[in-house]
Amino acid sequence: MSAVSQDTAVSTGRVTRAFLYLVLLLFALFYLLPLYVMAINSVKPLDEITGGNMMALPSQWTLAPWRSAWSTAQIGVEPTGLRPYFLNSILMVVPAVAISTIIGALNGYVLTKWRFRGDTWVFGLMLFSCFIPFQIVLIPMAVVLGKLGLAGSVPGLVLVHVVYGIGFTTLYFRNYYASFPTELVRAAMIDGAGFFAIFWRILLPVSGPIAVVSVIWQFTNIWNDFLFGVSFGGTSQPMTVALNNLVQSSTGVKEYNVHFAGAILAALPTLFVYIVAGRYFVRGLMAGSVKG
Amino acid sequence: MAASAADFRTRLQDWLPKLVLAPSFAVTLLFVYGFILFTVVLSFTGSKMLPRFDWVGFANYEKLFALPAWHTAIVNIAIFATLYIVICTVVGLMLAIFLDQKIRGEGVLRPIYLYPMALSFIVTGTAWKWFLDPGIGLERIMHQWGWESFSFTWIKDGEMALYTIVIAAVWQTSGFVMAMFLAGLRGIDNEILKAAQIDGASNWQLYRRIVIPLLRPAFLSAFVILSHLAIKSYDLVIALTGGGPGRATEMPATFMYSYTFTRNQMGIGASSAVIMLMTIAAIMVPYLYAELREKKA
Repeated sequence: MSAVSQDTAVSTGRVTRAFLYLVLLLFALFYLLPLYVMAINSVKPLDEITGGNMMALPSQWTLAPWRSAWSTAQIGVEPTGLRPYFLNSILMVVPAVAISTIIGALNGYVLTKWRFRGDTWVFGLMLFSCFIPFQIVLIPMAVVLGKLGLAGSVPGLVLVHVVYGIGFTTLYFRNYYASFPTELVRAAMIDGAGFFAIFWRILLPVSGPIAVVSVIWQFTNIWNDFLFGVSFGGTSQPMTVALNNLVQSSTGVKEYNVHFAGAILAALPTLFVYIVAGRYFVRGLMAGSVKG
Repeated sequence: MAASAADFRTRLQDWLPKLVLAPSFAVTLLFVYGFILFTVVLSFTGSKMLPRFDWVGFANYEKLFALPAWHTAIVNIAIFATLYIVICTVVGLMLAIFLDQKIRGEGVLRPIYLYPMALSFIVTGTAWKWFLDPGIGLERIMHQWGWESFSFTWIKDGEMALYTIVIAAVWQTSGFVMAMFLAGLRGIDNEILKAAQIDGASNWQLYRRIVIPLLRPAFLSAFVILSHLAIKSYDLVIALTGGGPGRATEMPATFMYSYTFTRNQMGIGASSAVIMLMTIAAIMVPYLYAELREKKA
């Protein structure tokens, strides 16, 4: 009953607390289990998986599965490893994230500081587009990409991800800018500052937290996308599609250790972003979106 | 001359915001609403491998609902979505409430619960596919640890394979639901709880009567996000079971893809996509409408 704390005021007894810790720890094990299985089996020779125990530490440590997954494993018909697909994903994700974030910032600025009649409708229509099942656009998108000559190319995938990403980025920036004092924008207008000058000098410098949210969100979604990649990837397939081809391949011996190494390779970029910037993501969300 | 130039500049300033927004809005109208319309039109045509525009009325929808594969997909998505939403909500809420009890090591536990959200469903599917495989995974591990009678063959069993997708999907997203509830819990004013305690409420009553009702917005967001993820689920099914064994884990998303792109039944594929869209719209439109109205007021 002493200091005011952020936590709950509920008091708990010793037995209850032991029970809480037990449950929390068991769930931690549940969440860590697949990561442990992947990591430990990606550094084992194959016969230790097929002839041994998946939970056991390797008796002989090896990096061969990682080398194979990266540069020599059979993906589809080519023994290229995952490396070219990893590059495809990078080439796709970087421009798609940058473009959709910049567009989202400008849209959010217009929708909050230059409001016009019907702006809520415009925003509502853009927002709904975040939640459609993408199956509904697959067929026409295939037709349009074909007509534009972008089918099966990285620029085609960038276009797709930008188009279906701006709804979310606009949402983030709109909610964030909504809490920025409009009086400051008015004052700058009276001083003669133009549309872009206000954006550049007044709003952009305070946009750090929400830009982080937008970038993390877009990076994770686009890197992890499978449906667009498998539908429109053609010869420029992203990492997720290649990993699925590697794992589902029905020819030859199933190299589980290579599959696990490949899965970790596909997970590394988003895990890295999550570990480095995850705390800013939660903080930025709190600052903007939740309290819209 | 100078006056008209200045005039032009002010008018440009008036139009500039709309000009900046216009491309995004045009792209949304075309690539979202135009495309939806295109797919709706296709669903009333006899398109096979390529789009064509011979009107067939509701024939595709009649065929669709007569197909056993679509029937399986609908039953599966109903079971999957229900279990997935309920289990994620229960686990997420429980973990959030437990973590909110001044737990030592919260800073370590939270990222452990949350990290699966950062992974691709293909990665999640790969990990669980081999871990649940009776030949090398869980069943074999238990046998080697001396539990000879242990049996876990769900992933190879047409009756049970669907539930392995539930396990993997809950693993991936329940931590995220926990974070939403935790944010809600941290936003509740402690004074209300203290007042109720002074009135003699037990912990159980406190949560049932006060805290959980106050978390209503978090429940709603969790429901909307989870149902949306459930209906879209495609990658996880492909990676974990490939829709099998047989067609046991067919879902609307896998059905749409295979009918459209591998079985060359584009008209039927389009009609299944329309049904998916209508289901999601029935959940999302009222929610978004309420959200936007609230903010206007």
